[in-house]
Amino acid sequence: MAMAALRREGRRFAISPNPIAAVRSSIFPAEEQAPLGVRSISTQIVRNRMKSVKSIQKITKAMKMVAASKLRAIQSKAENSRGLWQPFTALLGDSPSVKVKKDVIVTISSDKGLCGGINSTSVKISKALNKLTAGPDKETKYVILGEKAKAQLIRDSKKDIELNITELQKNPLNYAQVSVIADDILKNVEYDALRVVFNKFQSVVSFLPTVSTVLSPEVVEKESEAGGKLGDLDSYEVEGGETKSEILQNLTEFQFSCVLFNGVMENACSEQGARMSAMDSSSRNAGEMLDRLTLTYNRTRQASITTELIEIISGASALEG
Amino acid sequence: MLRRATALLTRPASSLRAARAFSTDVAEAPVGNPAFNEAWKKVIPHIDPPKTPLSFMKPRPPTPSSIPTKLTVNFVLPYASELSAKEVDMVIIPASTGQMGVLPGHVGTIAELKPGVLSVHEGNDVTKYFVSSGFAFIHANSYADIIAVEAVPIDRVDPSLVQKGLAEFTQKLNSASTDLEKAEAQIGVDVHSALNAALTG
Repeated sequence: MAMAALRREGRRFAISPNPIAAVRSSIFPAEEQAPLGVRSISTQIVRNRMKSVKSIQKITKAMKMVAASKLRAIQSKAENSRGLWQPFTALLGDSPSVKVKKDVIVTISSDKGLCGGINSTSVKISKALNKLTAGPDKETKYVILGEKAKAQLIRDSKKDIELNITELQKNPLNYAQVSVIADDILKNVEYDALRVVFNKFQSVVSFLPTVSTVLSPEVVEKESEAGGKLGDLDSYEVEGGETKSEILQNLTEFQFSCVLFNGVMENACSEQGARMSAMDSSSRNAGEMLDRLTLTYNRTRQASITTELIEIISGASALEG
Repeated sequence: MLRRATALLTRPASSLRAARAFSTDVAEAPVGNPAFNEAWKKVIPHIDPPKTPLSFMKPRPPTPSSIPTKLTVNFVLPYASELSAKEVDMVIIPASTGQMGVLPGHVGTIAELKPGVLSVHEGNDVTKYFVSSGFAFIHANSYADIIAVEAVPIDRVDPSLVQKGLAEFTQKLNSASTDLEKAEAQIGVDVHSALNAALTG
């Protein structure tokens, strides 16, 4: 520590003989360019740095492997759940641009970080949807699944958050758990339209933000009178003694739990995929950093050896001559 | 020179006949939601609009004028698509009013399912599943969508466990005190007696 201070003092009075080298190695100003003659103490700092970067690289590589294995496990389940929402869309169509009074945006995000930009994307889309559906005497509320979206949305929309559910992935995801959550949401939140925002897993490197709209039974009836895809709803008979509105109640609740289940599975897949690519790029960056540090280390080491040799030889030649 | 002239004359004729499709042409892409995309772009121009379920689904064929010969069945569960776009002759679904047979050309219906047996008839094969509950949509274009929460093939059901479950839930129903407990026990009794009937019937 004292040697480093002395070295720094020396540099202030002596102009560096090699200005280009000084600029290049400006990252480590105290370690190199020591005209006062240093021993191997300067390689210690570089060595410490190399050790820490190497351990970071090992950790990120391990995280990538873990994410890859989790992705394999969950990907097949997510792809199997894709058939679940298709019958509902075939029957009721998809009306994301419906105009209702009470909108609820259900944002699905992850609990853990280090997964790239998917949570920010979901939050961005949710905020944009909020802006899109805003209007006079309309209200938009948020229901948040996952810690990361809560952290981002609580900053500016704290009063709009109705419900927050975390620790979804403590136990492996299954339909029973998601239907309990859906039941909770349906009971506690008043809604005319539920918009579920999640990242759909297309491939290991591509995640598409998606919004699925589920309407409440009253809105479905209103829209079916208005016409369009839902207008065909009247042509369907209802089996059993129930009226159409009673069966629509059960139908929309079932649709919401199915859509939420698919959304949660797809988002979990996207999270693991994004984490895989984030950890992969950080291991690569750590590897490059390690290469640069190794070069610096070798240069420093060789310089100190050369200095020692020069001293010995000049000392020996002084004795002779 | 004359040869080239004739070649020039015949070339446009051949191109009029039938332009060959490129191999890079994408097959008919699923439709998105143009109205939503327009509204989005007006308010939020700098972010791409999110995708909607319609863009991930193949569009369904319209109602044909004559009754088709086969019924196309999609039988989906949360964990798997048991049957997806399978062409069968008939399905019998356990609707809340009883067993309902569905043939091609059936009128559009929405039916809620109760615990019971779903049988799929294809030629001479009959596959039976025990379905816990769910919904069935029958469309006018002879497409049937059956969504169930849980379904098992009948041969995977263990009779002794069914009897045990039935006894247990009947006892719970008798000793239930609150409405919630009564409802839960009633559901258990319903499912187990349906299982019983499915195994024997």
